[in-house]
Amino acid sequence: MNASWSRFNISAIVLGFAFLYLPIVLLVIFSFNESKLVTVWGGFSTKWYVSLFHNQGLMDAAWVTIRVGLISATLATVLGTLAALALTRYTRFRGRVLFSGMVFAPLVMPEVITGLSLLLLFVAVGLDRGFFTLTLAHVTFSMCFVAVVVQSRLVTFDRSLEEAAMDLGAPPVKTFFQITLPVILPAIISGWMLAFTLSIDDLVISSFASGPGATTLPMKIYSQVRLGVTPEINAACTILIGIVAVGVIAASLVNKRREVQRLRDEQAAQRG
Amino acid sequence: MKGLVAAVTNRLVILVPYVWLLVFFLVPFLIVFKISLSTTAIAMPPYTPVLTLQDGLSALWAQFGEFSFDNYLWLTEDPLYFNAYLSSVVIAGISTFLTLLVGYPIAYGMARAPATIRPTLLMLVILPFWTSFLIRVYAWIGILKPEGLLNQVLLATGIIDQPLVILNTHSAIFIGIVYSYLPFMILPLYSALEKMDFSLIEAAQDLGCTPVGAFWKVTFPLSLPGVIAGCLLVFIPAVGEFVIPDLLGGSQTLMIGKTLWNEFFANRDWPVSSAVAVILLLLLVVPIMFFQQAQARAQEEGR
Amino acid sequence: MKSLGNIRREFAPWNNPDAKPYIQFKNVTKQFGDFTAVNNLSLSIYEREFFALLGASGCGKSTLLRMLAGFEEPTSGQILLDGQDLRGIPPYRRPVNMMFQSYALFPHMTVEQNIAFGLKQDGMAKADIEKRVAEMLKLVKLSQFAKRKPHQLSGGQRQRVALARAVAKRPKVLLLDEPLGALDKKLREETQFELMDLQQTLGLTFVVVTHDQEEAMTMADRIAIIDKGEVMQVATPAEVYEAPGSRFVADFVGNINTFEGKVADRNGAGATISSADLLIRTSNAGEIPVGTEVAFAIRPEKIKVSSKRPETGDNVMEGEVYDIAYLGDMTIFHVKLGDGQVVKASSLNATRATDDPLSWDDKAWISFRQDAGVVLTR
Repeated sequence: MNASWSRFNISAIVLGFAFLYLPIVLLVIFSFNESKLVTVWGGFSTKWYVSLFHNQGLMDAAWVTIRVGLISATLATVLGTLAALALTRYTRFRGRVLFSGMVFAPLVMPEVITGLSLLLLFVAVGLDRGFFTLTLAHVTFSMCFVAVVVQSRLVTFDRSLEEAAMDLGAPPVKTFFQITLPVILPAIISGWMLAFTLSIDDLVISSFASGPGATTLPMKIYSQVRLGVTPEINAACTILIGIVAVGVIAASLVNKRREVQRLRDEQAAQRG
Repeated sequence: MKGLVAAVTNRLVILVPYVWLLVFFLVPFLIVFKISLSTTAIAMPPYTPVLTLQDGLSALWAQFGEFSFDNYLWLTEDPLYFNAYLSSVVIAGISTFLTLLVGYPIAYGMARAPATIRPTLLMLVILPFWTSFLIRVYAWIGILKPEGLLNQVLLATGIIDQPLVILNTHSAIFIGIVYSYLPFMILPLYSALEKMDFSLIEAAQDLGCTPVGAFWKVTFPLSLPGVIAGCLLVFIPAVGEFVIPDLLGGSQTLMIGKTLWNEFFANRDWPVSSAVAVILLLLLVVPIMFFQQAQARAQEEGR
Repeated sequence: MKSLGNIRREFAPWNNPDAKPYIQFKNVTKQFGDFTAVNNLSLSIYEREFFALLGASGCGKSTLLRMLAGFEEPTSGQILLDGQDLRGIPPYRRPVNMMFQSYALFPHMTVEQNIAFGLKQDGMAKADIEKRVAEMLKLVKLSQFAKRKPHQLSGGQRQRVALARAVAKRPKVLLLDEPLGALDKKLREETQFELMDLQQTLGLTFVVVTHDQEEAMTMADRIAIIDKGEVMQVATPAEVYEAPGSRFVADFVGNINTFEGKVADRNGAGATISSADLLIRTSNAGEIPVGTEVAFAIRPEKIKVSSKRPETGDNVMEGEVYDIAYLGDMTIFHVKLGDGQVVKASSLNATRATDDPLSWDDKAWISFRQDAGVVLTR
């Protein structure tokens, strides 16, 4: 396999990853630029970070974003997990085709349509747009992503684990909470993380579903970007990237350690 | 009694997400459809008729009479909308093809990388997806601007003597879409290629195929499910894309997502933007059905 | 009746007309859509019996086990356990436990917790659970692995945890679905005897599903041979081998030569069967009348091969050596007879060298006794 990993393959990967990461790296570098001109290097400075933290509007937006993210991700995880269970465990019920259609369609639905239709719903039922509607909208589109993640785990789930639990005397509900849930928990957690990321990242649906007083960070960044590129936005972006990078790296380190431990255990088991 | 509890929980597992999706996904579409048949009004909400049951059923029926297809006629009369649809599909199509061209070698390289570093490579592909989409698009503005980094580098190295105009052109949109949707292309391609038994290529070469021939006759056909899935995953959202044409394409670019947004936020013409949404949806029904079928098939295979 | 084989059985409740069956399948049918997995099947299993359901994959044997465990309900018919109808009783209230083919060990629990799981469901006191778990761990020789997770164990260890977990609740019946299928050959042979010892020690009724005839022969008191959802024969291993009831069973278990033909003549208990150009004399024709279409079946090891015509013998036939398979412990000769039929004959290599070696295309004689084969009508 190593021999066939030719120069072509290596350069494809190197160039590909350069393309994926260079813009982000440049963005981070220029957030430390002294000059107001984003593209001309004027020396190292952290002044944009300082002014960022004095920008009350941005700070408020960040707080709204985080709260919506936490609440909507949690609700979406519950609903998405239920949807995944319904899809994998109940192969026959009335309206299953419609149901699976509604679970998969939002994954590819253009955001402008989802956003517009939700807004029109809120108007039609006379719901004031704001934090609440924003959260409802986020739950709706992110639960489908959770459903897909959890479903792909459930498909490979060994049903004999549940049968074994029932065989040993555990009724179905107990079996679910003692066996099924703990085993699929990693998928549920990554579903939650995906829902949270989608929520804090969303611009289009938020713009439709939100009202005065509930501006999210992407909405704020978008309105400032339209006015022109400023290093302050670079700084804000850098912080967001930093948070994500730290989170992802930490998660992967934990995973890696667990993996190493598992390999070591398996070798120990082989020896007897 | 226990059986009843079980039956109720079974129902709830289906019912709760089902009702949620009906209320927040399906019903809103029906409302969009309804409003697309209404007339613009200067009021809140800015359209008539507003269907209510307050005046009884007969009044409701009378309100139905006010529905018209005027908005759709309007869309056919104004070439702006037709052009927007057409250029959305063309731009999304070209971008999808470019994404495939860029993504395939990367996915191929990853699939043939030593098994030990594959998980790391995979994580590196997914990682940008966790950073904000908006931020990643924004980053390109700084690069593609006339006085941006790309032009600075090219001028400094003497490759060009005049700054290239990229920002606010279609090229910028292509770059933006390829960049933003690349992971969506790479992941299905990678999973198709990784599953493939590479001894098949050795067998093909053993039977007299050249390496290039083996690629086109063995590797590519076997990766076709991944190619189709990747293309759909890029094409469908790209058609309705708003942020990329708005930030990178400038005011000249016509794309349907942007048109809808402008009708809604700038012109406050809710019925027309609803009609635009309905047509966009119709435009995407075929690829979305394709996608659903592919999903269902993948699910069957997984079982 | 003369006992078949050289094993004498003390335990044979099926021969006792007064013995009450412990598990009974009565006209059980199970359909999945259009597919009939089990077809009007009846079967009795006795207490403390080691019973094997033997058949090819897809024959319905696992469905039988799953119906007994309660994961499937029969479409029609009745399953009785100790006289009680099991219909409608969910798996978690049946006094049977199952050892799964995949072992189904809970990955998030330690060995200890896995074994204790079933006991906790019964609401057993904590101290008793601990005692029972320790006892079980000792029984399967895994005491030092109590705190490990399943993925930290080898295949054989996992198999033993699954076994300990299934017997921890002292079920009336233990169901084993291909219990040794995932083990390699050597480990499988060792474990067969461990399972038999365990069954003896605990005095449980074992019902094991397997596709491996050697495994079934080694372990089981009786074997039911299942094909297409129906029982072909229920008998002790020796009976199944020496007195198969049908062509299917004869062919399914072990190696056999079958000669299709007719009963040509009868004289007392003996008969002559004509098959192509051959006339075979047998003393095992029972009451089958002259003219019946039958198959004469004989195991290869019951046929003697020699390069010279044997002086005595009830059935002596001439042919030539067509193929030879040398297996180490024995050699199998394929001898082509005058009428074109090929007969397999195996001979034990009891000495390292033989003074009468046979080679390809050599002329050879085969011979067997009158009582060496069986006559099959089905």
